[in-house]
Amino acid sequence: MSTLDYLSGTAEKDNIGKEHKKEFGFKIVAVLATLIGIVSLAVLLAYVFTEAAGWLDLQFLTSTPSRFAEKAGYYPAILGSAFVVALVALFALPLGVGAAVYLEEYSRKNFIQRFLQTNIANLAGVPSIVYGLLGLGLFVGTLGLPHGVVLVGAFTLTLRVLPIVIVSSQEAIRAVPDLQRQAALGLGATKWQMIRSIVLPEAFPGIMTGTIISLANAIGETAPLIMIGAATTIFSPPHGLLSSFSAMPLQIYAWSDFPKSEFQHGVLPAAIVVLLLVILTMNGIAVYARNKYYKNKK
Amino acid sequence: MATPKSLHKEFRADLKENSVRGVFFATALVSIITTVGIVVVLFADSVDFFSQVSIVEFFTSTRWSPVIKPIEFGVLPIISGTLTFTFLTALVAIPIGVLAAIYLSEYASERFRRIVKPALEVLAGIPTVVYGYFALIYVTPLLKKIFPEISTFNVLSASIMVGIMIIPTIASLSEDAMRAVPNSLRQAGYGLGITKFQVTSTVVVPASLSGIISSFILGISRAIGETMAVTIAAGNLSRIVNWLNPKEAFLQPVQTMTSAMVEVGTSDVTGTSVAYKSLFAVGLTLFVMTMLLNLVSQRIKNKYREKYE
Repeated sequence: MSTLDYLSGTAEKDNIGKEHKKEFGFKIVAVLATLIGIVSLAVLLAYVFTEAAGWLDLQFLTSTPSRFAEKAGYYPAILGSAFVVALVALFALPLGVGAAVYLEEYSRKNFIQRFLQTNIANLAGVPSIVYGLLGLGLFVGTLGLPHGVVLVGAFTLTLRVLPIVIVSSQEAIRAVPDLQRQAALGLGATKWQMIRSIVLPEAFPGIMTGTIISLANAIGETAPLIMIGAATTIFSPPHGLLSSFSAMPLQIYAWSDFPKSEFQHGVLPAAIVVLLLVILTMNGIAVYARNKYYKNKK
Repeated sequence: MATPKSLHKEFRADLKENSVRGVFFATALVSIITTVGIVVVLFADSVDFFSQVSIVEFFTSTRWSPVIKPIEFGVLPIISGTLTFTFLTALVAIPIGVLAAIYLSEYASERFRRIVKPALEVLAGIPTVVYGYFALIYVTPLLKKIFPEISTFNVLSASIMVGIMIIPTIASLSEDAMRAVPNSLRQAGYGLGITKFQVTSTVVVPASLSGIISSFILGISRAIGETMAVTIAAGNLSRIVNWLNPKEAFLQPVQTMTSAMVEVGTSDVTGTSVAYKSLFAVGLTLFVMTMLLNLVSQRIKNKYREKYE
């Protein structure tokens, strides 16, 4: 690089050109990295949906499993999932919202609150299969409930989703403006009256968003249900709390072992599409509720 | 003046307020009971297990065969399977996750973020059985075109799918850390005449490193506990994986701790057998590993967080 270059500015231009190229190249790589997961998933989904076409029909939704692909159905697993997740909602909502109300409205900022909070964060990171062992050891081993029944499945998945329900409910409760609380207390309301008539109604949409997302996760949970001894294939839907059951992901797991092409490229895609439609619809409802809620707030 | 009647009423109101508080406290206790339950259940049955199988055998034997004779309970093969799977998964998820975080935090328009972020979250919401199916039915045949010697069940395809599943975990936590870096630091960089890429690599990433690393650890802990994708796609063959021979290590079946637990859980073992109890010993090992990683992740995030006010 000569002095002349500096004076004429060509050296600087070259340098700038090089940096521009680097900048541009990096930007392309980063965009690709951002989109690669989404694009791969979209391609895979396109495949499953195409393969499910022709297999996903009324017969599939209303029959029991079979070793003949044309006769195989998903009905007992669908009902099993629905039954269990309804119970999970029934247990997890009051427990989760209750804990969130305690942490946000009652507990002082002391070590007990920190301890509870850290504990909840840690529970959210425990692998789901460990919850299966908890269910097996606690509900089956210690409490003596039978193996693989609806109630044990629901209890186990409730404990599994509880941390997420608590944390998202806490966020919803925290978003309620303090002015509204003070207004209620100023009118002479007791704390419980204030929570019941101001905090919970205001936080309700946020609580529901978090809860629906947790329930969608619960529907996809497989490993904990395997560990508590739920059936991977069953021929009748559950008929009570202590009846054995299967669930959609368990049936998918069972069918993934069938080497026949009609199962791998027909029955399985159909089962997966049903499961994904349920989960994606629930997530969609949750996101819609959240957006609508935030629009109303503004 | 407080009449006895109004005092009575006040007392009743107080009682109600206190019992409501008590009920809320009780619901908050459920999470403590859950933790205690996990620890007690895992320990109790593990103690039982170690009274029948020596702890030395458990941690030094190189064969894991809990159901098929000759029975042996060496946890090393399935730990090596877990490490192999986790390593490959991290290799997929970490670079992609960080690049995505950089793009979303530093480059993307608000509109792009609004559309892409929820789409990324969908990746984390798909059940792992479905990822297992994708790996077995679509990814493995694709890999066969690149590596003709690949086995139908192999750890690589499961790792690729789970890696994609973990991208949002790493991307969103790293992005949060990067967005917390104040703009004044970036402006200082631009003031010195450096480009956006230089600002990102020399200012933003170093300033948010603790958050980024804690997202890696959390992602790794996720991979260690992942069960169904490995069970379906990686083949359940317990062996000590030799990384010095990558083809054999990554293109052949492996068994992880989690898939070994599913195998025992779905076999016909009874509640009194040693195999049944081995579930809890493996579960305890898994629990301790993930718990340590989660604690380290939180510690790094809290301790080394640069504070900008």
